[in-house]
Formats: sequence, structure tokens, C-alpha cells
Amino acid sequence: MSHKEDLALMAHLLRRAGFGGNREELERCVAQGYDATVEELLNPTEEQPGGNMALMLRYHPSFLLPGGTPFSGQANWMYNMVSTKRPLEEKIALFWHHVFATGNSKVDNCDQLLEQIQMFREYGLGSYRELLVQISKNPAMIFWLDNNENHRDAVNENWGRELLELFSMGVSNYTEVDVRECSRAFTGWTIAPKLPRLPYGRYPWKFEYKEEDHDEGEKVFLGEQGEFNGEEIIDIVVQQPATARFICRHLYNFFVADEVQVPAWTIEPARDEEALDTMMNAFIDSNYDMKTLLRTMFTSEFFKEARFSKIKSPAEVVAGTLKMVGLYDSPDPGILNIGKEPTYMGQSILDPPSVEGWQTGTEWINSGSLLARVNFVADRVANTQLPGVQTIINQMQSDGITTPEELVNAALEHMGFVELSDETKEQLLENAQSSGNIDWSNPDTAGVRIGETLALVGATTEYQFG
Amino acid sequence: MTSTKKDPVVVVLQLTGGNDYYNTIIPYNDPLYQDNRPNVKYPTDEIIKINDNLGMMPNMGPIKELYDQGKVAIIHGAGYADSPRSHFRSMDIWHTCEPDKVGTEGWAGRVARELDPNKENVLTAINFGHGLPRALAVPGVPVAAIADLGTYGLLTSISDTSQRAKALDLFSRMYSPTIGGTFVNDYLRSTGTDAMVGADIVKVAPEQYSSTVEYPNSPIASHLRDIAQVYFADLGTRIFYTQHASFDTHAGEMASHPALWKDVSEGISAFFADLKEHDSGENVVMYLFSEFGRRVHDNGSGTDHGAAGAMFAIGDSVKGGLYGEMPSAKAEDLEQGDLVPNYDFRGGYSTLVEDWLGLDANPIVGGTFEKLDWLKK
Repeated sequence: MSHKEDLALMAHLLRRAGFGGNREELERCVAQGYDATVEELLNPTEEQPGGNMALMLRYHPSFLLPGGTPFSGQANWMYNMVSTKRPLEEKIALFWHHVFATGNSKVDNCDQLLEQIQMFREYGLGSYRELLVQISKNPAMIFWLDNNENHRDAVNENWGRELLELFSMGVSNYTEVDVRECSRAFTGWTIAPKLPRLPYGRYPWKFEYKEEDHDEGEKVFLGEQGEFNGEEIIDIVVQQPATARFICRHLYNFFVADEVQVPAWTIEPARDEEALDTMMNAFIDSNYDMKTLLRTMFTSEFFKEARFSKIKSPAEVVAGTLKMVGLYDSPDPGILNIGKEPTYMGQSILDPPSVEGWQTGTEWINSGSLLARVNFVADRVANTQLPGVQTIINQMQSDGITTPEELVNAALEHMGFVELSDETKEQLLENAQSSGNIDWSNPDTAGVRIGETLALVGATTEYQFG
Repeated sequence: MTSTKKDPVVVVLQLTGGNDYYNTIIPYNDPLYQDNRPNVKYPTDEIIKINDNLGMMPNMGPIKELYDQGKVAIIHGAGYADSPRSHFRSMDIWHTCEPDKVGTEGWAGRVARELDPNKENVLTAINFGHGLPRALAVPGVPVAAIADLGTYGLLTSISDTSQRAKALDLFSRMYSPTIGGTFVNDYLRSTGTDAMVGADIVKVAPEQYSSTVEYPNSPIASHLRDIAQVYFADLGTRIFYTQHASFDTHAGEMASHPALWKDVSEGISAFFADLKEHDSGENVVMYLFSEFGRRVHDNGSGTDHGAAGAMFAIGDSVKGGLYGEMPSAKAEDLEQGDLVPNYDFRGGYSTLVEDWLGLDANPIVGGTFEKLDWLKK
């Protein structure tokens, strides 16, 4: 492979396993090699998960405990996405947030939601079984799916059902009896303190197991029989072939290429059955280890060939763009607003529309959200004052970029080695040709010209894919 | 098309943060008001009397003028059972009409879908503000969000006029339909074209607009002027949505609450004066709500989250007056210190949807709820 092709492949990996990389990062990763970069992503050596949180808290104390106000909670997470030195950890947290979708609309407690995201950072790349145990004990989840109302003498099936339907096996792989028995096994898994919000406000919740409220009777679950408690139910659930398929399909949809929407998975075959088999085998053979599964996926040919085959989520658009232009890797003024930007494009992080999470792919796009995406990117990449844009302009100058063709090609590379259809490429080129060569004798107008070209790349249909 | 034959439209004005109902429509002769509000109350002589019992808070003069012309319906006691007293949950309930579970579709988005099932007009519903409130969000229903009409558009960061014209021309070609494209690409292209067409159409609104009405300088007045401009431009928009914030007056209420209502009242007054100047008043109903009212007893400098609130319907086609009863503020009648809602908020939407827009309300608000007779026949 040529050096350019190596860089393009690395841009793809960093986009999917994180929130993209600038030219300097791409060069560093290419120098150490693709497989070594995958290992670094899986086992990051950098201690700091993201930016300077101590400094952030000095300027914005509400970042730490935003309470019921989603904006500072959302900004907290966006800041971590933009500034993280452990990008895959942040990306897998976003993945699990899509799957274990928990929303502030009901939880009304961003402190607790951020705690859940932190749990995803810690457990999201480890054993899937352990992750299920953790999410079962997670206070925000317990409240979100009413397991605090699931009692020995009054079973509430909300959590028990979603554990099977949305978090592991998928519909049609269990019976209503299984739902009931599963729910019974999780009676007594609750949160403390059970103080009402009124009149004194929020109390930090923690998991509490109340033995006296747990139904310890015999249960028959997915053909097995015993006095199951929650963890034993999870053991059975994890080992179902349907579970490996369901989780791997979610991963494929999030990291590789857009799938049909989840409700259609029982009817429609996977986009790439062979790839899904490879992933499932790695998952099962490693005893449900996320790292092994991700390593297999990232190093596979189907992953490397899947460039620009999924529409970027709003969180990816916002975090990727801010990272590219070098904004908000420190607590700059206005940082509280960055959490709202994905909301304007239809993805209110920490507040998914329901426990089913977001529909992805083309569902991200409507006339309002597309306008917001195109303008968000253009407003930033066309701003020649921003450090990341300055770096791109300087790089183009030192590379001697002059002709319209060189300008378009360089802009595509700096925006992430974007691949255009011949038709779009031709249109961009024509547009660039109408303004002639770059005149470096006037650096300001040359910079504006480059910023506009970057904005036009960001406005293409192709750029909506990542 | 003459303006009087236009389709009926709705302007929703959301009072975000929980408006203090008890300090907005005030039972000024009730000793309980004085008892409950040692600090957070309006002086009796400044309250604008509606009748012997109730009055509007002092800065609602412009709304009182409309009220005296018979154009303002005040709907008492709006809400739903078991208020969670959480802004976000409660707003969600008002937006989705789902008090018992987490809903995904907004009522106003459903209205847009019913009004324009074939998505012929990308501007059927517009939010004036950033992003979309959940009330307008329904998968597959095109909606626009206009933060500022004056700068609305695609690629507005390209400041040079001729460069921007070239960029827009390029955009329109890049998003024009192709033969033999994939579904995803076709979808992206048609959506991009919709977005551009919408922005392009809307652009005419400020150009065509002329008015002698001077709107005050406040965010809500700017949004209402944007709404007037788009409405007068005859673009087929039926739902205009906007909001004013923040009514979350836990502290310093006697400073913030009057300022909020001053902006809202003056903005509304200018908007209806503008409609009158353009002979368009009969086709517009404005609807005001807040996600909850506030605690009856003040907390020393403000009020905390409560339950029942007031809704307002304003317009030439509205039959003005008081509707329903203000919930009792007697200690034994309160729930956790709050006025108990006695009118389901979905009934208010039902009147709007069914009697004003002429649609079946049941599937839009998720059931049948009592309607009050606040529209002229």
C-alpha cells in the first residue's frame, strides 16, 4: 500500500474506534502500524481519559454534578469525547449508551447518568457477562426500568423484559413465561436511599440488594430449572446463541456498516452474514470478551473495506468536527453549549427517545438535521481562526498546494480522506476551477479559499458517511 | 389567495421552566394568597383585576387589553395526575401526551403528519429556536428549525456573496437526483434538496414583509416577528412553535417573573397588532402552556416546582373568558403543597386539533379528553 492509502485506512480506523484523527495523529499511527494501533486503542497507555477535568471544574462546577439539568451533563460527556486520550473507551461508552439506552427524561438525574457512562468506560471493553451484571446493578438503569418497583410479592416485568428483548437476545427468542421468571429473579435488586425527591432534592443512589424482597423460589428459565438469582439468569442469557448474534449485530451496525433497524432483525438477514459469523465465533470462543471481539473486527478485511458505509451519528459529527478544528480540548468559553449541538441534529445524548435507543443510518437525516449538520461543520472548518483549520492551511502551504485539483484533493484528505463519487468530485473541481489557482501571495484570501473548500467537502452527501 | 381564506394555523408558545400560575392569574381577594405568599406576591393594587376574585399579574396589561376585546381564553387547572415535578419528565409528557410511559412521538409532529401526509411541504411545521422540541419530533416528518430568520440558510458561514451563490449552486447540483443511485443516496439527495428548498422559500419571508408594528427588543418578540413574517409569506406553514425561558423561578422570583411576563405580553401584543394590520387575525390561534405550575407557598424568594398550571388561547377566533375553576388552595385540598390539576391538558390540545384544525384528536393526543368550548363557532 502507498503511504496515502495507509493514512486513509488509519483515518477510517480512528473515525470508527474514536472520533477521528488529524494528520499528525494519522502519521504517528501509520508509523507504528495498523495492528499496533488497534492494540493501543484496546489497551490505552494514556492515563487521562480526557482533558483537564480539574481545570474544567474550576470554571464550570456544574460539570461534575449537573443534577437534573441535561445541558451540563451532555457538555461533560462531549468534552470527554473531544479531548479523550483513550478514544475507544469513549466510543464504546457511546455504543453501550445506544444499546442500554437510559434517558434523563425519566431518570431526571444526570449525575447518575454520567456515573452509568463512567461504568461503560470501565467495563465496556471487558467481559460482556460482567457488563450485564453491572448494568443490572446500575442505579440509573434500575430507576429507568422500574426494577425498584419489582418486588417479591408484586413483580414488575419492565427490566426483566428489556434485559432479554433489548440488551441480550432480541425478540422472539424467549417466551412470556421466561420474561416472568427472569423478572422474579431480579426482585430485591433495588436502589437506596428510597427517599422521595421532594422536598429536599436528589440523593446519590446506590445499588442495594434486599434479600427480604427477593423471590428465592424455583424458576424455570429458558429450559433450565433452579432457584435462580439475577446473576444466574445472566449466566444463562449470555450463553444463548441468540445473544451473541444480537450483540455482534449491534456492534456491526455501530462500528462497521449501517444495518436495517433493530426491529427488522428477526426478519431481515444481516448485511454480511459471513462477517457476523466471524464476530460471533470470536465472541463465543473468548467467553464473551469484548476486547477479543473488537480486535477480530478491527483487523478483519470486512472492517477495512467498510469505509464510508455508515451515516455518522450526530455525536460523531460534533465530536469529530470539534476535534478536527482543535476546539474545546480545554474549558473555553461556550463549552456548555457543545452538549446541545448533537441535540440540534436529533441525538440528545443522555436522553435517548426511549429504551430502544436511537434509530440509526438514514434515520439520522431529515431536512432540519441535515441543514444543522452541514452548517455546523461549515461554520467551523471555514473559520480560519481556529487552530485546527490554521494547521491545515499551513500544511497546504508547505505542501505547495496551488491548482484547483490539488486544492480539492488536499481538502478531501484533511477532512478524513473522504471518498467522493466521480460526479461529486467533478462538481467540486469545476467549482474550484472557476476561481483559479490559490494565490499564496495573499495568505488571508488563500486561507478563506481553503476554508470554503473544506466547508464544501463537509456539505457533500458523501461526508455524511463515516 | 386572500388572507381571510387561509387555512387555520396554530402558534404554540411554550413557557419553559414552570410558570407560577398562582402568581399569574391571582386570586387577589383570597386571604390564602396573602398567607401563602409572605414574600413572593404582587401588591393588590397593582394586580389587573379580571373580576372580583381574580386578576392578572401587573405586567400582563397588553394581554388584558386583548382579554377585554374577548380574544383571550384562560384555562384553569391544567395538568395531569401525579406530577413528577421534574422539568424534563413533565415537558416530555406535555410534548408526547404520554403521562404513564416514555413516549417517542410529539403531538404537534403528529398534527403535521396528518396535515401533510405526502410531505408536500417541507415547511408545514417550523420551530423558531434551535433544534426541535420533542413535541415536533416524529420520524419521517419534515420539520424546520429556524433560530433566526434573518440568518437562516445553508452554508451561511461563507460570507462573500458571489462565493456563497456558487456554493449553493454547487450544493443544489450535488443533491439533485441521479439515475440508478442507492436508496440511501437518493434519500440523502432528496432530503438535502428539501432542506435547501425550505431555506430558499423561507428566505422570501423577510423580503416580502412590511409592517408599521414595532416589536420590542426581546428574544420572544424576535421569534414572534419571524413567525409573523413566515405566516404572511403564505408558505403553507400550519404549526409555528416557539418558547420563552426560563420560568424556573426558585429564587428572585419578584425580579424575574415580572420581566418574563413583560417580554411575553409585549411580544404577543405586537404580534396580534401585526396580524391585525395584515388582516390575518382570524386564522391564527396562539396557545400558551408551561410544563407545570409552582408550589403554593413561597420559599422566601421564589417558588418550587408544583403541579397545576394555566393555559391560554389567544386570537380573533377565540371566545374569550375564564374556563374551568382555579383549583382550591386550601391546605386540605393541596397535594404535597401544590394545586391539584382539575383539567387534563390533553383536552386543550383536543380542542385545538379537532375544533380548530379539523383533525381527529384521538390518535394525536392518545385518547378522548374533555374539550372546553373556547372557540367561536
